[in-house]
Amino acid sequence: MRYVMLVCRDPSIELTSEQRKTIGPEAEAWVQEMDERGVRLPGGGELASVHDATTIRIRGGEVVVADGPFAETKELIAGLELLECADLDEAMEVAAKHPVARLGALELRPFAEE
Amino acid sequence: MTRQATLAIEEAFAEEWGRIVAALIRRTRDWDLAEDCAQQAFAEAARRWPREGVPRHPGAWLMTVARNRAIDRLRHERMRGARLREIATMIDDRAEDEDEEELRDESGIEDDRLRLMFVCCHPAIALESRVALTLRALAGLTTIEIANAFLVPEPTMAKRLVRAKHKIETAGIPYRVPAAHLLPERTSGVLAVLYLMFNEGYTASTGDELIRVDLCAEAIRLARLLNNLMPDEPEAGGLLALLLFQHSRRDARTDPSGDVITLEDQDRSRWIRAEIDEGNRILDTAVRRDAIGPYQVQALIAACHANAPHPGATEWARVAALYERLLEVTASPLVKLNHAVAVAMATGPDEGLALVGRLGASGELRDYHLLHATRADLLRRLGRNSEAADAYREALDLARTEAERRYLTKRLREVSSGPVPAE
Repeated sequence: MRYVMLVCRDPSIELTSEQRKTIGPEAEAWVQEMDERGVRLPGGGELASVHDATTIRIRGGEVVVADGPFAETKELIAGLELLECADLDEAMEVAAKHPVARLGALELRPFAEE
Repeated sequence: MTRQATLAIEEAFAEEWGRIVAALIRRTRDWDLAEDCAQQAFAEAARRWPREGVPRHPGAWLMTVARNRAIDRLRHERMRGARLREIATMIDDRAEDEDEEELRDESGIEDDRLRLMFVCCHPAIALESRVALTLRALAGLTTIEIANAFLVPEPTMAKRLVRAKHKIETAGIPYRVPAAHLLPERTSGVLAVLYLMFNEGYTASTGDELIRVDLCAEAIRLARLLNNLMPDEPEAGGLLALLLFQHSRRDARTDPSGDVITLEDQDRSRWIRAEIDEGNRILDTAVRRDAIGPYQVQALIAACHANAPHPGATEWARVAALYERLLEVTASPLVKLNHAVAVAMATGPDEGLALVGRLGASGELRDYHLLHATRADLLRRLGRNSEAADAYREALDLARTEAERRYLTKRLREVSSGPVPAE
């Protein structure tokens, strides 16, 4: 099954200097492990800052372009990965291994019609 | 004859519903189809068994009818060939051989009902839906029965079930017993769902009892099934024993007006001995495996009460020691409160009061009436009546039900007027 895994940072959790140092290598290790397992599909990756986001909506037939992310929750989507996993159990295991699981959330969304 | 057929159908329903639904879901992945076809098989049994007699193997008969219905439906809906072929070969092995030839998972567990239980209790499904799904798929309760049991409107429950089944299908929740490294965690998830189901029935003293399904009995039936299916998991035995001990007191728990009678004041001759005996046997087998867990400890505590012929015979020192053990695995403030009560009973109100005081100071249960009620009871036993009265008043402010308020008011009157009754 294919899943999109939204990597959501929680801005209310401040990174310690220790975490700031380790998060990069941890994420790289995750990428390497999941590439080797073949569960991480090409096309994903870290996203640019939320300040660079543009959201498109159509309201009353008009295209409304907004500067900023779509979500009004406190979590911000910081990246996304495409996963190919046997089932939700494997996808949950893969997500739980991502370092951001501790600092925010990882939302797993299956693709429709699979 | 008809009476015999009715009994046979009732018995078959309890035994076979979950088995048939689980087998059909495994082969078709279609929950609604599985439930409909199981329903139709029982309807046909109700039509034919009174006339033709009960078949020699009611389970195999029902499974064959349900399978044939499923094949008809799938053919009708022109489902993909592979699924159709799989289901066509499905129960032939069973029809030929009464010892079901079931697929074996890596875990070595080989029952469709167990697989289904793990699906229904998967952590990616909302907790309230886990309980409802389990009742629908494994216990065969109808949507309206489940809605009544949880005091929600039927459309709400129907929507909840539809959403959960949809999530199972689209999110890729696997239809299998979890792999070994996930098994302990997932098993405790299943146990938690059954415990929640039981408590829902146990604490619900409101509502129209006549139309409410007995959730306690259903939870016990499913816990028994789980214990049979997972003989190597002593916590399943622990949960079953715990539920049996608690359920054995059902006739003694309330007075005719519906008020709760405390353990101490219950008429123990009204406890159901056969269930306590069964609980003791199951718990003995479980603890012999030497892998103690929170359900076994709670069952051991419940056993101390269940096996005491009168309140004075309770082994309080053992109860207190068991609560201490429980605190090692679950540091819940409620367990701390119960531990304090047990210590008070074992060594005296002073020590219990010290523990309750520490718990109160931590602020964890500040708004919980039973913390104050417990403190009040201990102060009363020490003869410190005016302090006890204050504590009863605090408890009264926080109590949630009329019955609790009546009990506390009675106690408050005792400590406010004259000498304490001798104990």
